[in-house]
Amino acid sequence: MTAEIVLQAFRFGFLLLLWLFVFAAFRVVRADLFGGRAGRVASVPPRAAAARKRGGRGPRHLVVTAGPLSGTRITLGEQAILIGRADDSTLVLTDDFASSRHARLTNRGGQWYVEDLGSTNGTYLDQQRVQGPLLVAPGQPIRIGQTVLELRS
Amino acid sequence: MAAPVNGPGTDPRAALAPGTAVPTRRGTELLLLGFAVLITLAAHLIIDITVTGSPGTEMVTFGLWFSALWVVAHVVVRRFAPYADPLLLPCVAVLSGLGLSMIHRLDIAGEQVGSNGAVSVDAPVQLVWATVGLVLFIAVLVIVRDHRALSRFAYTLALIGLVLLALPAVLPNSEINGAKLWIRFGGFSIQPGEFAKICLIVFFAAYLVDKRDVLALASRRVLRLELPRGRDLGPVLLAWVASILVLVFERDLGSSLLLFGIFVVMLYIATERASWLVIGLLLFAGGAFVAYQLFGHVRVRVDTWLDPFAYADTGGYQVVQSLFSLGTGGLFGAGLGGGRPDQVPVAKSDFIAAAIGEELGLFGLVAMIVIYLVLVERGLRTSLVVRDGFGKLLAAGLAFSLAWQVFVVLGGVTGLLPLTGLTTPFLAYGGSSLVANFGLVALLVRISDAARRPAGAAVATPPKLTDAPTEVVQQ
Repeated sequence: MTAEIVLQAFRFGFLLLLWLFVFAAFRVVRADLFGGRAGRVASVPPRAAAARKRGGRGPRHLVVTAGPLSGTRITLGEQAILIGRADDSTLVLTDDFASSRHARLTNRGGQWYVEDLGSTNGTYLDQQRVQGPLLVAPGQPIRIGQTVLELRS
Repeated sequence: MAAPVNGPGTDPRAALAPGTAVPTRRGTELLLLGFAVLITLAAHLIIDITVTGSPGTEMVTFGLWFSALWVVAHVVVRRFAPYADPLLLPCVAVLSGLGLSMIHRLDIAGEQVGSNGAVSVDAPVQLVWATVGLVLFIAVLVIVRDHRALSRFAYTLALIGLVLLALPAVLPNSEINGAKLWIRFGGFSIQPGEFAKICLIVFFAAYLVDKRDVLALASRRVLRLELPRGRDLGPVLLAWVASILVLVFERDLGSSLLLFGIFVVMLYIATERASWLVIGLLLFAGGAFVAYQLFGHVRVRVDTWLDPFAYADTGGYQVVQSLFSLGTGGLFGAGLGGGRPDQVPVAKSDFIAAAIGEELGLFGLVAMIVIYLVLVERGLRTSLVVRDGFGKLLAAGLAFSLAWQVFVVLGGVTGLLPLTGLTTPFLAYGGSSLVANFGLVALLVRISDAARRPAGAAVATPPKLTDAPTEVVQQ
């Protein structure tokens, strides 16, 4: 009915189209894994972009390194991060040693402070029990029950 | 390591402006959705031109309707789950589009052969089911604002799931092709098992998050395996008994295998104990052996799996036709509309993968599998990123159920596994499966939104007063 060459073009063209979709999906996956998005820089307002360049050393993620939630990564914003068993915490722990409102990480001028919210079993920064707000350096372990967290840039 | 000290000129609010840190990636999603719609329309056009020589008349309505579905889905996601994963929806769109095109292609083949006047045009029906599925998708996204709320209804959902699962066994007139898993209302029938699957995954997730410490910690070491205590075996035995009951009363190998597999793997994910996988496999092997001895329909399936060509005229006919179909397709396929996929029995539902293999070849079939893989990977990634245990288990369970289902179905079609009555998610003809899987994806979208949302950018709750930066109010 239709010319053979057209049919062959359809046959391979469609497979090509299908694989182009797969390729496009892979690109999105890759961008997600490595964060290398060429188009993203332009979309950031210049002031923020400049600030990021200068403040690039500051921590950008909170990573869980041990415990049931191990591997979880939270992107830090401006707001405080609440850790505990309560449902509305930013990081919800299911741990008998954690209190419902256990600890809070607060941002003060680009630096993060940890404070204990009167928990039963305490919060530890390195080996030190957190009494008042303490400055957290990137890579310093924060321990709550079975969970260990650290800041990464 | 010393903490970085900000220079005096740094404006901390600009440095940490929320919103710029984590892009929502909705634009990417829209672009890929457009691509998926393009692929579907291209498939439709190629099929019409190859088979009949000219584009069909319903092409325009189909194209508009199908595009409208995804535009609506995209707008809803933008509104109700702005940080959702950008790949979930496009993958679903391309799979269901491919399925619709294949069903349309088989409709045309049926018309041409004119099998005793009993021509069924199923593609428009399937499109209506996709629309119903979209309604469920929207409903889930609008009603379930926070996936953690679901864990409060875990036991209710378990009850609903079990009732749905048991319903076809109890009701009369539920048998189609030897398996009792349908409920019939007037003109159409639904398969409640598909919905039961989702309810039970939600329950498993909530239950295992509660009990995982007991299941993981109390154990004895035997032969390098951490074996759990006898009394902790309760739930896995219960799941096993339930799946055996499904097998006995509904004669459905597929659902039985699906449920048991999902439960064992979720148990493994929750406890990180490989012993559960071993126990599950042993229980499965025992169950399978007994089922083979006791039930004729299981024996037929296994015998035709071991040597389909020996039963080519009876029980093995479907598999043999499916293998011929895949063989005809070869590497690059016969081209859309160029093969004879209607030679395989029930090509629209159970054997749609064989139809795709024949017309698109190995390359097309592998592309399809890779798209499933991307979908599952996004689900598992959501599970890694989300910040609460229930969400983690739920996302992993949902993603695994998709992967497991695709594996079992494709295994059946290619002769790797015995045939089961499971449907290929999103591709195969069948309303219940399509609608239920749209619900499943809605849950994944909801969890991925929670996972990717930057900390503190909560939309639902008003900002806490203590967290608000001090501002100078001018009077």
